[in-house]
Amino acid sequence: MFEGLTGRLGDIFDKLRRRGALTEEDVSMALREVRVALLEADVALPVVKQFVTQVKERAVGVEVLRSVSPGQQVIKIVHDNLVEMLGQGVDINLNAAPPVPILMVGLQGSGKTTSTAKIALRLKTKDRKKVLMASLDVRRPAAQEQLKVLGEQVGVATLPIVPGQDPVTIAKRAMETGRLEGYDVVMLDTAGRLSIDEELMAEVAAVRDATSPVETLLVADAMTGQDAVTVATNFNDKVGITGIMLTRVDGDARGGAALSMRQITGKPIKLLGVGEKIDALEPFHPDRVAGRILGM
Amino acid sequence: FTKRKLDDAALEELEELLITADLGPTTAAKVTAELARTRFGKEVTAEEVKGFLAAEIAKTISPIAQPLVIDPARKPHVILLVGVNGTGKTTTIGKLARQFRAEGKSVMLAAGDTFRAAAVSQLKIWGERTGCEVIARDTGADAAGLAFDAVERARAQGVDVLLIDTAGRLQNKAGLMDELRKIVRVIKKVDESAPHTTLLTLDATTGQNAHSQVEIFRDMVNVNGLILTKLDGSARGGVLVALAEKFKLPVHAIGVGEGVYDLRPFDADAFAKSLMGLNAD
Ligand SMILES: Nc1nc2c(ncn2[C@@H]2O[C@H](COP(=O)(O)OP(=O)(O)OP(=O)(O)O)[C@@H](O)[C@H]2O)c(=O)[nH]1
Ligand SMILES: Nc1nc2c(ncn2[C@@H]2O[C@H](COP(=O)(O)OP(=O)(O)OP(=O)(O)O)[C@@H](O)[C@H]2O)c(=O)[nH]1
Ligand SMILES: [K+]
Ligand SMILES: [Mg+2]
Ligand SMILES: [Mg+2]
Repeated sequence: MFEGLTGRLGDIFDKLRRRGALTEEDVSMALREVRVALLEADVALPVVKQFVTQVKERAVGVEVLRSVSPGQQVIKIVHDNLVEMLGQGVDINLNAAPPVPILMVGLQGSGKTTSTAKIALRLKTKDRKKVLMASLDVRRPAAQEQLKVLGEQVGVATLPIVPGQDPVTIAKRAMETGRLEGYDVVMLDTAGRLSIDEELMAEVAAVRDATSPVETLLVADAMTGQDAVTVATNFNDKVGITGIMLTRVDGDARGGAALSMRQITGKPIKLLGVGEKIDALEPFHPDRVAGRILGM
Repeated sequence: FTKRKLDDAALEELEELLITADLGPTTAAKVTAELARTRFGKEVTAEEVKGFLAAEIAKTISPIAQPLVIDPARKPHVILLVGVNGTGKTTTIGKLARQFRAEGKSVMLAAGDTFRAAAVSQLKIWGERTGCEVIARDTGADAAGLAFDAVERARAQGVDVLLIDTAGRLQNKAGLMDELRKIVRVIKKVDESAPHTTLLTLDATTGQNAHSQVEIFRDMVNVNGLILTKLDGSARGGVLVALAEKFKLPVHAIGVGEGVYDLRPFDADAFAKSLMGLNAD
């Protein structure tokens, strides 16, 4: 079912061993396969359309190199365009007076709490930062305890849990503790929420207003389907994100949501979660993600 | 509604609607082709044509809409929850426990996720909420050993239903899938016929990777039922249409929220209508 693009195009172009420039007809035929491959990889439909139009403009008339087949030539153009659209990996921004607030947001179960601990560990070991983590999740059972346990595992401080406080109060207390106790970074983990839940989206916007985060990372699952459009649009419009952290990249999903969310928000993909363990965090490399989306 | 000719442009719009609901390009094309075969060129309203498609899709999925039936002869009827990380296993256990308790059954929970931080506490809270005993060990303990104990305890107490939680795992991780198989093997040492139900939770937000999830979990641990979670969100879970045809696994319920009451029977008609963006009545 999920045949990579190489296989799909190979079959077509094997029958068509012409040389010279890529004609409109060649390109249109190839792009039909590209469209299907991207949709099977869960790239969102509007993004697929935009992508196909762009590639078409670029590909028609391109000389086919002697050393490759027309199929390979098209794949190269598709791949390069995809890499370009995915954008470069960008580091976490810590350019502000400490304590620097980093806000983690996303749907339920996307990996926010785990990713909070992963980033904190990385900032601690790689950047020698003094990090405080706070859970603003007063909804999911044992959510605050989860972050506390992770903090103990990686040797990063967590804000003491005070039962009954609301998220904004906890966030303010975290920033205050960060200032008083000389922390460089304060990581704010939030409860999972649906992007169409007005009330909870307003709640996280209030946390943003109370803390002015330097980074607001949308934590999203690499397995996300077409819903990536709604999620990315709403979180960007209602909370304002500065980057994307893609989780479960260690799975076998093709990860087209990465392209969708990047394209829809214009915000960079900053980090990849590649496992359940707290050190399973990697920088983003567009060429790897592009190859994976295309099934190569 | 104004009538419009069902031409290529109209068909393309419908196909795109299906794609954005996660049916996948192949299934979306197939469903639209079927529509074209019977209705092409006819004057139809948008509502009519969506209703027609919803009915077609409902036909495909209605065979898999089956409630979860507890076998009263089994004491306990063992239900094992499996699935990818964060899809809703633990929450679904809480919801199912409430439902079974409301039906007057005795229910025991087993905290088989001995890996994730605070997974045991999370299940214990669900145990308190639903008034069920929770069998647990410390984080880091052997999950298979815990499951063994739980089945023995449930059997000794003559409990009606035992719900066993497991750690989330990605289906492509051979080592973790082996551990899950080990849990099943060890359960069988107490009761050869158990687990009687192995439920896979699928997150409605998931796109085409759901194919791989269902296929591998089914092959590895004989999954014999699905629960589609997070349908209260903007995702519509259309990948289920292709899954229904390919794997024919029953969908026992859907998750529509984070609360203990947020579990609903899977209604094929309502689901199909929501895929087409029609309001269910
Ligand atoms: N394989 C894998 N699992 C991950 C990754 N990131 C997180 N997880 C797992 O995904 C599950 C959910 O992670 P959490 O960090 O609890 O997710 P969350 O977004 O905080 O969840 P809520 O607070 O309930 O919304 C856990 O089982 C994690 O171990 C990853 O990159 N790879
Ligand atoms: N909106 C919504 N959220 C849900 C639903 N089911 C579960 N959740 C939320 O999804 C998140 C993950 O749920 P869990 O039950 O912890 O998922 P899990 O599969 O046990 O996760 P791991 O054990 O980490 O693999 C939590 O925040 C739940 O509240 C649902 O039907 N709708
Ligand atoms: K929905
Ligand atoms: Mg969390
Ligand atoms: Mg769980």
